[in-house]
Amino acid sequence: MMKYSYYPGCTLRTKAKDLDAYARASAKALGFELEEIENWQCCGGVYPLGSDEIATKLSSVRALNEAKEKHQDLVTLCSACHHVIKRVNDDMQNVEDIRTRANNYMKLEEPYAGETTVLHFLEVLRDRVGFDTLKEKVTNPLTGKKIGAYYGCLLLRPGKILQFDNPENPKILEDFIRAIGAEPVIYPYRNECCGGYISLKEKDMSKNMCNNIMESAEGFGAEMLITACPLCLYNLNNSVQNGLPVYYFTELLAEALGVKEEVAKA
Amino acid sequence: MQRIGVFVCHCGSNIAATVDVKKVAEMTLLEPGVVHAEDYQYMCSEAGQEKIIAAIKEKNLTGVVVCSCSPRMHETTFRKAAEKAGLNPYMVEIANIREHCSWIHKDMEEATEKAVILARAAIAKVNLNAPLKPGESRVTKRALIIGGGIAGIQTALDIADAGYEVDIVEKEPSIGGRMSQLDKTFPTLDCSACILTPKMVEASAHEKIHIHTYSEVEKVSGFVGDFTVDIRKKARYVDMDKCTGCGVCQEKCPSKKAASEFNRGLNTRSAIYTPFAQAIPNVPVIDTENCIKFKTGKCGVCSKVCQAGAIDYTQKDEIITEKYGAIVVATGFDTIKLDNYDEYAYNQSKDVITSLELERIMNAAGPTKGHLERLSDGKAPKEMVFVQCVGSRCSDDRGKPYCSKICCMYTAKHAMLIRDKYPDVNVTVFYIDVRTPGKNFDEFYRRAVEQYGVNYIKGQVGKVIPQPNGKLLVQGSDLLDNKQILKEADMVVLATAIEPNPGVRKIATMLTASIDTNNFLTEAHAKLRPVESPTAGIFLSGVCQGPKDIPETVAQAGAAAVKAIGLLAKDKLMTNPCTAQSDELLCNGCSTCANVCPYGAITYEERQVNDHGIRETRRLAVVNSALCQGCGACTVACPSGAMDLQGFSNRQILAEVDAICQ
Amino acid sequence: MSKEKKQAELIKEISGVNPLKCMKCGKCSATCPAYNEMDIKPHQFVSYVANEDIETLVQSKSLWKCLSCFACVERCPRDVKPGKLIDAARQIVVRQKGQNYLKADEIPELLDPELPQQLLVSAFRRYRR
Repeated sequence: MMKYSYYPGCTLRTKAKDLDAYARASAKALGFELEEIENWQCCGGVYPLGSDEIATKLSSVRALNEAKEKHQDLVTLCSACHHVIKRVNDDMQNVEDIRTRANNYMKLEEPYAGETTVLHFLEVLRDRVGFDTLKEKVTNPLTGKKIGAYYGCLLLRPGKILQFDNPENPKILEDFIRAIGAEPVIYPYRNECCGGYISLKEKDMSKNMCNNIMESAEGFGAEMLITACPLCLYNLNNSVQNGLPVYYFTELLAEALGVKEEVAKA
Repeated sequence: MQRIGVFVCHCGSNIAATVDVKKVAEMTLLEPGVVHAEDYQYMCSEAGQEKIIAAIKEKNLTGVVVCSCSPRMHETTFRKAAEKAGLNPYMVEIANIREHCSWIHKDMEEATEKAVILARAAIAKVNLNAPLKPGESRVTKRALIIGGGIAGIQTALDIADAGYEVDIVEKEPSIGGRMSQLDKTFPTLDCSACILTPKMVEASAHEKIHIHTYSEVEKVSGFVGDFTVDIRKKARYVDMDKCTGCGVCQEKCPSKKAASEFNRGLNTRSAIYTPFAQAIPNVPVIDTENCIKFKTGKCGVCSKVCQAGAIDYTQKDEIITEKYGAIVVATGFDTIKLDNYDEYAYNQSKDVITSLELERIMNAAGPTKGHLERLSDGKAPKEMVFVQCVGSRCSDDRGKPYCSKICCMYTAKHAMLIRDKYPDVNVTVFYIDVRTPGKNFDEFYRRAVEQYGVNYIKGQVGKVIPQPNGKLLVQGSDLLDNKQILKEADMVVLATAIEPNPGVRKIATMLTASIDTNNFLTEAHAKLRPVESPTAGIFLSGVCQGPKDIPETVAQAGAAAVKAIGLLAKDKLMTNPCTAQSDELLCNGCSTCANVCPYGAITYEERQVNDHGIRETRRLAVVNSALCQGCGACTVACPSGAMDLQGFSNRQILAEVDAICQ
Repeated sequence: MSKEKKQAELIKEISGVNPLKCMKCGKCSATCPAYNEMDIKPHQFVSYVANEDIETLVQSKSLWKCLSCFACVERCPRDVKPGKLIDAARQIVVRQKGQNYLKADEIPELLDPELPQQLLVSAFRRYRR
C-alpha cells in the first residue's frame, strides 16, 4: 500500500476532526495510507511574508525534513497548512538566505534544501490516484447533486508557488465533483476570499464577502458548497442565515466511497 | 616589422570626458611598430580622415589603429580613408574605447588604463595583419517575401515596380493577412478591405510578382545575393488552373463544422473553403482534417458538383526550389492566447471577446453579419466595457513586457464606431495610459471622448465576474476618483497584446537572422538600420520587427523594399575576405568543421599531399570562400588546428590576448 | 540617512518589494476585496513607500483590513506584490513593544464554540509579535 507522510495540523485535531477522519478512511478505501508524522507542530496558520522571518518557518521545515528522512511525499489537507508548508518549501528550495539561516537553527545531519514534494490531498487524488480511478471506486455516486466548489485563496495563490491549479479558473474540485458522480456548479466567486482571519475582529467584513460567494454560487444553481479549509467553512457558515450548506470535500468523498458510516460510528 | 599609426578620437566628450586621450596616444608610441600617434576631436570627420591619410603618406605607414567607437559605426569609414591613401583597408583595426570603455566606466584613471590596453591589443593584431583582397559574388535579381499581409504585399509591389522579380510565400490559402480581418482603420475610419483589396489585386496582376499561397519556406541556404530556398506548396486538392472560383463546392460541402480561422473561430466554415470572399487566389483548399472524403473515403460531393473538374484528391505537397538575391521577412503577428488571464473571464464567458474578434463582429462579412450582438444569446448590448493593456506591459511572466502600441487607437476607433452606429449603447474604456502619438491620432482619441461621449476611466480592471443573469460585472479601479468600480456590462472587449507570429522563430533560424526574447526580429541597428537584419541580405517588413500600425507598416515595407532594391541593383557583391582556410598538412579529415559550419561552405576531397617528403593521398577539408561567412565556428571546432580564419587568425587573436594580459 | 528613508528602506527589505516597478495601473486596487474598508488603498501603499512617507502608512487602518488573500499579488502585472508591502508595514508596527493589534485580554470575548484554532493562530501571527 502506497504510504505518504501526513501533516494534519491543529484544527484537524479539534474543530475539524471530520475533515481528517473522512480523509483517512477514504485514503484506505482508495489504497493509500496517510502516516502522520511524529511531533508535528502548528504551521502558524499564515505564511510569514517578511523576508527576514525565519523562526516562524521552522515548524514547517521540521515537518518537511521528517518526510524527507522517510523518503515520502508530504500530504496536507487543511488549505492553510498546505499554503504555509508549500511556500516554506519553496523558500528552502529557492531562497538561499532563508535556507542557510533555517538550517543553522535546525542543526540537521544533512541540511534540508526543499527536497520533499508537498501534495495536497486533492493533488494525491488527481495526480497519484487519478480521478478516473476514483470514479471507478465510487460505490455510492452522488448523482444529481449540484455542488459548488469553494477554493478560497490559500490553495491557489500565489499561483507560481502553489502550482495547484489555474488560480483564476481552477478545475480540480470540479473534476473531483464529477468523479464522485455529482454535478459541479461553476461560479466566479469560487476563488474570492472569505475574509480569512479578518473574521476574528471584523465580522461584518467577512460576512459581506461570504455573502457575495453564497449569492453567486446560489445564483448559478449550487445546492451546497464544498471546501478544504476549516476557516472558510467557519466563515461561510456564519455569514448568512439559511445559506447553502457547506461540507468538507472529504465528507462527500467518504460518502461516495461508501465509508462515511464507519467513520461516523468510530 | 610594420610601421603603425595610432589615431585616438575624443568623440567630442563621449570618450575624452572619461579617457585621457592624450595619454593614450603617448602610451601607444611605446608599443612595438608604432611610429606615429595623435589624438583628434572627431576622427570620423573629413578633417580627421585627412589626418589619417596624411600620416599614411608622410610616414609610410603599413598599418593603422583607430581608437574610437565600435567598428560597427566607423570601421568602413576608416578603411576607405586608408584605401584612399593607398593602404590595404584590411590593415586598419579599431580599438573600441567608447562602447567598451568610456561609456561604461566612470573613473578616468581606470578608463584610461583600459583604453591603452585595448589599443595595445589592436596594435598587436595589426603587427600580424596581412593585406586581404575581397572576392566577388553574383546577385540573383529576384526577391523572396515571406508573408503576404499588407507588409509583404507593399514590399513586393515596390520591388516589382522597380523591375525585379518577386515571389510572395504565404502560409494561408489567401494573401491579405491581418488587415483583411479588420473592419475599419484608424484614424480615417475607411474600410480596411476597401483599401487593402486593390493592393491585393495589384499584386496578383503584377507581371513581376508570383504568389505562392498555402505555402511555406522549408529550407534556406546560400548567402546575400545568392540564396537558395525550398518552398513547400501544400496540396490544395484543387487544381489552380482549372478552378473558376464559382464557389459551388463550398456551398454543397456537407462538412460545415470546422472553426473559421478567418472569423477567429466565432463561426464555422466548410471543409473545402476560401477564407473570405475577396480571397486571392480565389481558389479553395480542402482542409483534410475536416473533409469527409479524406476521413472516411466516402463523400466526394465537391468533385461531383465541380463543373470545371478541378478537384483532385490525389494532389501531393510539392517542393519548389528558387534562387533569390534578397529575402524580406513580413510574417506579421497574432494576438496572444488569454489562458493566463482568466480573471477577465475570456475562457468563461462568450461575451468577453478580444478586439480582433470585435473587428469580425463589426464586419458585414463576419459571424453576425456586422450586427453588434452578444455571442451568448444574440442580444444587442447596452453597456460595453473595453479593457486596455491585457497582456501588454506585463513584466511578470504571464504576458508581454512591451506596449502593443496599436490598442489605444483601435479601442478609440471601436468605441467611436459603436457610439456612432448604436447611440444608445454606453461605452466605457478602462485605461492605464492613453498612448496616441502619431499624425491625427490624439485628435482622434479626443473625438471619441468629446464628440462621441465615450467614458474613459483611468485604472485597470481586476476581475470580470459573470452574473447568473448573463451580465458581466466588471470590477475595476478609478484611480482619479480613488474608487473601486463595479460596473455591469453586456459585453467586455479585451485589448489583447500582440506577439510575432509563432512560426517566425523557425524562419529566423533558417535565415540565421537574430531574434529577441519576445520573438521580434532584431534590426541591424535600432535607429540607423531599422529595416535590415544583421544577417546580410535579410530585410524586415512590418510587425515581425516590432509592434506597429498600418501606416507605419506600409512605410517600413517601402523602406525594406528600397534596401532590397539597393542590393538587387548590383550585379556583383564584394565578398568578405575574412574566410576560413584549412592547412592541408594539419587537416586529418575528421569532418568536425563541416558538421559545425552553418553555411555548408566546407566539403572534402581526396588529394595528394607532400608531408615533409612523404607523398600520400589524404581526405582534406576544402572551404568554398564564396559561401564562407567568416563566423569562425570551424576554427574553434577543429581538433588539429588546421582551420584558420584570414584576418582573425589564431595567432592574431592570441597576440591580442597576450597584449591584454601582459 | 533620514528616519523616513530608513523606514522606507526597512519596508523594502522586509517585503522584498521594489516600489519603482509599479506602473500605477491600479489593478491591485481593482482586485482588493477589502478595498472599501481601507483608508489608504493598495495602489497608494506603493507610492507611500516610494515617497518615503511611512509615518502615515503605519497609522493607516488598512494594515488591519488586508486579508492576505494574495489576489493583488497574483494579478499585479509588474510583479510588485502590494500585499507584501502591507504586511511589512504591519510588521513594523507589531514589532514595536506594546503595539500588538490583538491584545490577549480581548480574546475571550471574541471566541465562540465553533471558532477554529486556525483562526486564532492566524490572527496571532498577523496582529501580534
